[in-house]
Amino acid sequence: MTDKTRRIIIITGSNGGLGQAIARTFLHESDDNFVWLGVHTRREQADQLAREFPERCQCIELDVTQPASWQTAAGRVLASHQRIDVLVNNAGRHSDGLLATMPAKAWDDVLKTNLDGAFHGCQAVLRAMVSQHSGRIINIASLSALLAPAGQTNYAAAKAGLVALTQSLAKEVARLNITVNAICPGFVETEALIGMSEEAKKAARAKIPMRRFGRPEEVAAAVQFLACPAASYITGSVLKVDGGIL
Amino acid sequence: MEGFFNMEDANTLKARIKAMMVQNLMLQITAAEIGDDTPLFGPGGLGLDSVDALQLVVGLDKTFGVKIADPAAAKQILQSVNTIAEAVRQKMAA
Repeated sequence: MTDKTRRIIIITGSNGGLGQAIARTFLHESDDNFVWLGVHTRREQADQLAREFPERCQCIELDVTQPASWQTAAGRVLASHQRIDVLVNNAGRHSDGLLATMPAKAWDDVLKTNLDGAFHGCQAVLRAMVSQHSGRIINIASLSALLAPAGQTNYAAAKAGLVALTQSLAKEVARLNITVNAICPGFVETEALIGMSEEAKKAARAKIPMRRFGRPEEVAAAVQFLACPAASYITGSVLKVDGGIL
Repeated sequence: MEGFFNMEDANTLKARIKAMMVQNLMLQITAAEIGDDTPLFGPGGLGLDSVDALQLVVGLDKTFGVKIADPAAAKQILQSVNTIAEAVRQKMAA
């Protein structure tokens, strides 16, 4: 295997359930895929995955909210492989609450991670992708971007912003053979649901036409598709993976 | 650096810059049709846009090692083939 034939993939938020599923999907897809796992505050799961695939998977320290951290991480990837083929902006956080009582910090933190983080990530990889005249950027937004539920003004605004960023950037770089798409997962069985009571989960399931939560692998499959050669003419799209809620 | 960069060198460099522009930006004109002082952006010029500018920044770094650090420098350097050639000349002379 040479670096020229490898496909170099960066996934942020790689320690979480969704990041893990996306990474595993790419690692199982092809021996040609090399996956960089962006991690910051927690990294146990990511370290374990890197140990499972020592030749094709590495963790990389990445605070998505800090441009300097992005520059260091992208520089390290480029020093190793001279290219970046796929960026999955998956890092996210939520801090729900009614706007009337929401601390400004809860607004700032959620916007910084979910929206600013993706902006910095796109900037960090864009030069390499422009130089290559190819690249795939996949932003993990949320159904909240489209539904704007009460109690999530910060998260919904951040994810709606991410959808708009996706569509605008897609137009900017389309001619360079760089695609930019967003995925809007609905309820997915990850740590994001841990805070929900059983009663709330039951009520949520009742609103899903498929009557079940999604699996992380089902979202990862959509990411994999948008990154695959067959999706070369898809850009600026917003793909819902929500069991039919919307 | 008198003599380091004579007229022949300058013309060769400008031809390389123009060729790079035509290739990287997929311009629908030939290199010979680009004037040394033709504005790269805006009406009456080549009509390039911000994505072209990004490609030029990357292309200049890759081809000539000219690193454009910020938007102000980009505005100064990316005016015409002449201004780009001057930036390359300065880089080579440094």
